[in-house]
Amino acid sequence: MSDLISMTATEIAALVAGGETSAVEVTQAHLDRIAAVDDRVHAFLHVDTEGALAAARAVDERRAAGEELGPLAGVPVAVKDVLATRGVPTTVGSKILEGWRPPYDATIVQRLREAGTVMLGKTNMDEFAMGSSTEYSAYGPTHNPWDLSRIPGGSGGGSAAALAAYEAPLAIGSDTGGSIRQPGAVTGTVGAKPTYGGTSRYGLVAFSSSLDTPGPCARTVLDAALLHQVIGGHDPRDSTSIPQPVPDVVAAAKLGATGDLTGVRLGIVTEFVGEGAEPGVMAAFRESVDALTKMGAEVVEVSCPTFAYALPAYYLIAPSECSSNLARFDGVRFGLRVGDDGNRSLEEVMSLTREAGFGPEVKRRIMIGTYALSSGYYDAYYGQAQKVRTLITRDFTAAFERVDALISPTTPSVAFPMGARTADPYQMYLADLYTIPTNLYGGPGISVPCGLSEGLPVGLQVMAPTMADDRMYRVAAALESAVGTFTPPTL
Amino acid sequence: MAAISREEVAHLARLSRLAVTEEELDTFAGQLDVILQAVAQVGEVAAADIPPTSHSVPLTNIFREDVVTPCLTPEEALSGAPDAEDQRFRVPRILSEDVAS
Repeated sequence: MSDLISMTATEIAALVAGGETSAVEVTQAHLDRIAAVDDRVHAFLHVDTEGALAAARAVDERRAAGEELGPLAGVPVAVKDVLATRGVPTTVGSKILEGWRPPYDATIVQRLREAGTVMLGKTNMDEFAMGSSTEYSAYGPTHNPWDLSRIPGGSGGGSAAALAAYEAPLAIGSDTGGSIRQPGAVTGTVGAKPTYGGTSRYGLVAFSSSLDTPGPCARTVLDAALLHQVIGGHDPRDSTSIPQPVPDVVAAAKLGATGDLTGVRLGIVTEFVGEGAEPGVMAAFRESVDALTKMGAEVVEVSCPTFAYALPAYYLIAPSECSSNLARFDGVRFGLRVGDDGNRSLEEVMSLTREAGFGPEVKRRIMIGTYALSSGYYDAYYGQAQKVRTLITRDFTAAFERVDALISPTTPSVAFPMGARTADPYQMYLADLYTIPTNLYGGPGISVPCGLSEGLPVGLQVMAPTMADDRMYRVAAALESAVGTFTPPTL
Repeated sequence: MAAISREEVAHLARLSRLAVTEEELDTFAGQLDVILQAVAQVGEVAAADIPPTSHSVPLTNIFREDVVTPCLTPEEALSGAPDAEDQRFRVPRILSEDVAS
């Protein structure tokens, strides 16, 4: 394995800035790695070889001209196929957008370009980010680099697998109910969901607009923080973007890496350490709690009773918003059109197009949402779920009066075998049991590798108050300094 | 008792503009029933006096400055359309034959 592909983003950026290697060399090393392993991993839906090399050459030219480079200049990044990339295919893992080349960049993609990062390509995902295993991609599943017969998590399994397989040092994901954190946990990588509104949704194909949050994925906490700093911050093109600067997550990660958590109060969520989690996951979690305590953190248990209802509330709110958002896929402005023979009506063509273009999970969620929003059911389903959302927020607010951050395992189980849950959609939903409350509340959450169970990675989740993203990076970096990083078997 | 019948699922599919097959209806009816029975747990929470939350960010009336900024050209805006004509999206007929003629 080439040294360049095993380096962190921080190390790569330093070598490029110092002229010890070139962005082109770094990019080529990663393109070679993708060519060598991605037929087995299938992390990428599209590799933009020419675009990546051109971007890398531009960085090298800027350096040669004496221009000052940003902290991630020359570092390759893999982008989840949920973000619009100008001229580069964007499918959201769906047949309905097959072949679509957006005429514009998402704000995050634009910021990545301006920062001199090199986009390698677009990563695989559950269709429309609906799923927890990447098996709902219309283009075939992604395999977990730790065990190719197991799932890499989802919906952002492609981004997480690309990191674990050393195909990219950085990746972008999006987290609506855990789609960054859960793949991070089961691939032994770091995934951070920023505060809702802390990263722009402009150019993110919408699933559930009050929950969707793009964010950074990396192999180390500091790398994730550096990427978070580059992509985050106010965007006037997103009306829910918070008009405040990004908390200093990089400084927080560096502070955490000193291994001192004196004065930091952490709360274990009582409801998430019961019988629901696998024993091996709980063992790794308990050892990590001991490590956090040894570094000076004060750890207590905090009960958040309404979290037990987060999963059902989420699976009403998210499908409701999805049923509305996905109405735009009507076969008129972009994407697939089926059955337009000159005789069929618009409505018939629309129904045939959506039938052919959407996969089963997307159809299920559209119909659940349509049901929950229909008159007669609205109050009992969508309306009640919104009230539960208020109570979950109150649980968080009360908890953060007692502690600085909450912790739990990221997922109830390690990566499960492919095919284990596809026949039972509700079993698939349970993979997001511990990550969903954060999305309903809107605060930040991060998953950091904390150990192994049966040879497979386990993640620890840190949840912080809204716009206190720096706190979770400090705790995550401290834990990383104690337990180290985890490398999968050689592919 | 089932939370949702096969006929109701067929109705939802029509509302959702999904031309689902008979076979899909059989599968979806069972799956949606399991999901709806599970999510109905939200009804166990006593929340009569609780205000609903639609959104976590307390921002309202967000406007931008009324200034002209660059935007897509007609060609760019139509570049992904399945069918276009004279700088417009071309759609299948909207009115039925007898109304149109």
